[in-house]
Parts: sequence; C-alpha cells; structure tokens
Amino acid sequence: MAKMTMVQALNLALRQEMQKDDGVIVLGEDVGVDGGVFRVTDGLISQFGEERVLDTPLAESAIAGMSIGMAIYGLKPVCEIQFSGFSYQTFHQIENHAARMRLRSQGRYHVPMVLRTPYGGGVRALEHHSESREAYWAHTPGLKMVIPSGPRNARALLVSAIRDPDPVIFYESKALYRAFREEVPEAEETMPIGRSRIVREGKDLTMISYGAMMRPTLEAAALLEDEEGVEAEVIDLLTVSPLDDELFTQSVIKTGRAMVIHEAPRSFGPGAEIVTRIMEKSFYYLEVPIARVTGFDLIAPLFSREKAYIPNAQRILRAARRLTNGE
Amino acid sequence: MPRKKIKISQPLEYLSILDDKGALDADLEPDIPEEILLKLYRTMMLARKFDERLLNLQRQGRIGTFPPISGQEASHLGAAAVLEPSDWFVPAFREAAAEIWRGRSLESMIIYNNGFSEGVEIPQDSNDLPVSVPVGSQIPHAVGLAWAAKYRQTDRVAMVFFGDGASSQGDFHEGLNFAAVFQTPAIFVCQNNQWAISFPRSKQTRSETIAQKALAYGIPGIQIDGNDILASYAAAQEAVQRARSGGGPTLIECVTYRLTMHTTADDPQRYRANQEVEVWKQRDPIIRFQKYLFEKGILTEEKIAAIESTVLDEIQSAVDRAEEQIKTLGNPADMFEHHYAEMSPSLKAQKEELLGEMAAMEKEGHNG
Repeated sequence: MAKMTMVQALNLALRQEMQKDDGVIVLGEDVGVDGGVFRVTDGLISQFGEERVLDTPLAESAIAGMSIGMAIYGLKPVCEIQFSGFSYQTFHQIENHAARMRLRSQGRYHVPMVLRTPYGGGVRALEHHSESREAYWAHTPGLKMVIPSGPRNARALLVSAIRDPDPVIFYESKALYRAFREEVPEAEETMPIGRSRIVREGKDLTMISYGAMMRPTLEAAALLEDEEGVEAEVIDLLTVSPLDDELFTQSVIKTGRAMVIHEAPRSFGPGAEIVTRIMEKSFYYLEVPIARVTGFDLIAPLFSREKAYIPNAQRILRAARRLTNGE
Repeated sequence: MPRKKIKISQPLEYLSILDDKGALDADLEPDIPEEILLKLYRTMMLARKFDERLLNLQRQGRIGTFPPISGQEASHLGAAAVLEPSDWFVPAFREAAAEIWRGRSLESMIIYNNGFSEGVEIPQDSNDLPVSVPVGSQIPHAVGLAWAAKYRQTDRVAMVFFGDGASSQGDFHEGLNFAAVFQTPAIFVCQNNQWAISFPRSKQTRSETIAQKALAYGIPGIQIDGNDILASYAAAQEAVQRARSGGGPTLIECVTYRLTMHTTADDPQRYRANQEVEVWKQRDPIIRFQKYLFEKGILTEEKIAAIESTVLDEIQSAVDRAEEQIKTLGNPADMFEHHYAEMSPSLKAQKEELLGEMAAMEKEGHNG
C-alpha cells in the first residue's frame, strides 16, 4: 500500500478503470496535456492517448452534453468541470437530460456518466471558486450526489461512481486534495454509493457530516472527549443523495442528541433534509433540539473572510457543548 | 501593414431541385429508387393527415397539447430518410414524419400526447432518441453519440434536428464547435420554419442565413429549400456520405414554414399575418412532390386516392388502439419507474406512501 493524497488516489481510480474498461473516457478543460488544473488527470493522456483523454474547447454545457451522448451510446464518460462554480452552465444538460434520459426513453437508454468537480473553500481561490452547492444536485431526481472525505474513500467511491449505471455528480474538496495522505491499496477497492459510515463511535451525541467538514468535525469530537469526556458518534455520509438515513437514525436513537455540519449555505441545505428525517424517524428519542453548523446563507466570501464563513472545529465544538451541557 | 480580405475556405450554397411550381432541375435530381419515392410520399401524406387528426383530437379534448408539423414534412423527412436504421436519430419535437419513417407508431404518439410516458417507449434495437423539449439542448448529445460511433470504429452517423430558434442557444454553437474540433460524424439539420413561437426569423439573428454560421466553426454549411424533399434528401445524402467517410460534420439549413401553430396552446394570429401563411401554402411540400411523382408516372389519380384511403384507415385504427391501450395505463404508481437502475430505500418508501394514499382515496370514495 502506498500513502497517497486525494489527488493521487483519484488519479489511481481513473487510471485503473481506464485500463480495465476501454469505454471509460476522460474529457474536460485542461484534463489532457496539463493533467487538470489540480493534476487529478495527470499522466492519463500519455498512457491512454488523445483518443481517450479529451482536452475540450471551453464550454461546460457541451462537455456535459457530449458526455450524455457518449453515455447514451454505452461509453462511460468521466467529465471534469474545472470548478463547481462553473458547473451551473451544465445544469440544464444534467437536469433535463442526464437525470431524465432513463425515464424519457422508458429504460431504453441510461446515462452512466460521472461529472467530477472540485468544490468548497479553504484554498484562497478566486471568486466563483469556493462554494458548496451540492443541494442543487441532491434536489434533482435521477441523479446521485457523492462527496468523499479522504483519499481512500475518494478512490473507492470514484470507481463505484464510474461503474454506476446512473449519472453521478462527484464533488471533490479542494481543501482535501493535498491536505493529508492515507494508505490506498493498489488492489481494486469500491464502496457502495448511497451508504454512510460511522467513523467514530460514541454514545452521547451524533455528529453528521461529509466531505471537507469531516476533518473539523472529527477534531471537535476528539476535543469533546478529551476536554469533557463526551463521546460523540461521527457519521460520514459519503453520499448526499440518495441519503442513507439508516445509520444516523439508529445513532440518534442511541445518543438522543444530533448535529449536522456542512459547508453549504444553511437554508434548504442538506442539513434541512437530514434534520427532517431525524424528526420523522427518531423524534421521541431526542433530548434537545438538533443543531446545524453550516455556512451562512451568503455567497461564499472572497478568501480574506472565508475562514470565518467555513465551519471550523471550534464552532462545531461550541455547538456540541450547547447540546450536551446546555451552555 | 496590409488591410486585406480574409478568404473563408468554406463555400456557402443554396440548393433547390424541385421548385414550388413543381419545376425540376434534372441535373440536380437525386437518384432515388421508385419504391423509396413512393414511401416518402406516403409518409408525408400520413404525417400530414395524422397532424390534422391530432389537432382534431386535441380540440375535442381527447389528447393534450402537441406541436403540429404541417408544412415541414419535406424538410425533416428528406434528411432522415438518408439514415440507416443503425444511425443515430436525435429529434427536437417537430419531426413527426421522420419519426414515423424511423418506425415510431402513431399510437405511441397519441399515448405520449395523452400524458403517458409509456408513449415514448423506444425499442431496444432502435437508435432513436426521444423528443427533446428544451430548445437546442439535444444538439451536444448528437456530438457525443457521433464521437462514440467514431471511437468504436463504426461508420455510423448522428443526425440532430432543431429549429431556427435553437440557433440562438449556446448549445447550438457549442455543439457545432465541438463537432468541428473533434471531427465527429454529426449532421446538424436546422428546420428554419420562420417562427420561434411569436419571434420571427428576421429578429432571431442578423445573419442572412443560419447556414453561414457553419463557416464560423470551419465546417460545411448549406441552405436548401426545405419544402423540396429532393433537396433535403440530396443535401443530407451528401452530408451523411461526408460524415461516414471521415469528413466530419455539416450544417444544413432547411428553409421551411410552420403552416399552423407552435403548439395547440398557441394562436398564431396574434403575431403573423394570414397573408404570409397563404403565400407559404402555395409552397406546400406535398403538392409539388405529388406533381413530380405524377409527371414521372409513379403516381396516378387512382394511386393517390388509394394511398389517402389507406392512410386514413391506418390513422383511425391507431386512434382506436391507443384509446384502448390508455385504458390499461391508469396506475399512477408507475410514475416511480425508470428513475434509477435501483430504487433507493427512501424512494421505495415514497412509492408505498402513494399506494397508501391511493388505497385511502378509494376507501373514502374519491375518484382520485
């Protein structure tokens, strides 16, 4: 096993799937010769050629639309949209066609494409480069919305996403791309889409998060235990949609306290859905109201102020304390 | 420093073979076998009569709204008739004659226009895409299909249809550009029917033609008389041959006219003069083609009458069959089908919820 960054792990997933299946095609802006602006597709063009790694003209809608056509044909396109802030130019293609083609053709066609895109703040980027708007996709029937939280699960989930028969929107946290390394096995590894994981067990409080927010959430959970002896159970959703409510429902029944942490704006965000599911399925076990620690309902600020916008371990810790000792 | 003319290497042509008086340019006449000519004529008649019948059904409240095609039969049928069954056919929503040519049943269209998704069922061996309502959004799909056909080393092509309104959409420009850059075997057929609902072609673009937009992308473009089926056939044949032999994409602008409304929810009298419609009625694609076939000795008065009668019978039995089939399609819970390969637990629960609601409605005596 090699220690890899998330960028390297994603690259491994693409490389191995391309080796295994000549229907896997990578396309997007600067994904070929340049290897992607974050280098996720580095070296693929020299290994697989221009025929399978397409540097496209600069047009997000056509990248998505062409991918849909390829996928209808039976190929497995993995398109990269350079930043999620530019993915809105693909929205009508994804909503009107990728998500609907199975229904619109009564099952004759389906769209096994993956749209990979870096999301989220924390890397001092330009305007339009820092937001977290997974709710748009998660709200769209016909799509799956996946957000890994580390190198190993990123690799396994990307492999699963490529093999998935339905369109998958795959958000990659820029802040996590090179934040840390993990052992990633060379041998094939997949993870089921639509299933969350308990990443830290506890009995006093349930913390639900995903993606880049897993790190501050886990940090807060460790501080809670060290400083107050409170044992938080931490759940990593991994897939935002379809939402797996089984694990967190069981956890809340056990702990009686719940909080949701995400970087996305609060109102109508994934937290709103998660909290509602908790209310529907485990309300009578709750001892205190559920807390949300999220981005504010604002356009992600330019980077000089982004630290105050993005939830950090201390903000999560303070919210957890309010839940556990009524501070 | 010089200031000089830049020579654009692509030429731009206009093609008309059979004019609105039925006069033929024999030098340009494509070589189409007699049985294909007859089949084209019959399909045009069937599509026209079916259009008229659908309008009737809509006015009687027996189907929902639909986009009529009358006047545009030659423009889309001539182009689509050149395709092989294994080629990809990517329609917008005003290509009914081509859909019929490709094997779509009349009853499926009635069922679709009655609000049942079952009406778009596409056979497993078909390479036709379903109609696409968001204007122009299907154009990049043809580019992807054509790219894949080339990647898989087939000689298949993808032909995509759209209107003059779509030529303002980003997807039109992005699609043409991608097709040109990757030299994909895609044929872009613009049915310029002069009106995007109430918005005339003259305001849609300052370009003299839509065909000339091809030149900006470095691909061949041609403008044709879209009401001349010989011209649409010939232009498409040339484009398809070029695409199959690795010559890349082509844009064909068919100058035609929507004789009736955008959809049955629209009243064209609000935005265009009857006089204009009358002028275009004189250019009807079926009348001139009928005259051509008559003069070639392929059609006689008796044959025309016989075709009309079988066409009307075919439509009647399709209406009857569709209305019978619709009676079996009542289950609202079928709306949960075809969203994902596998339904998520939460979706399964929502389906159960609907079934429960339906049972409750029945128990409480609501007609639901």
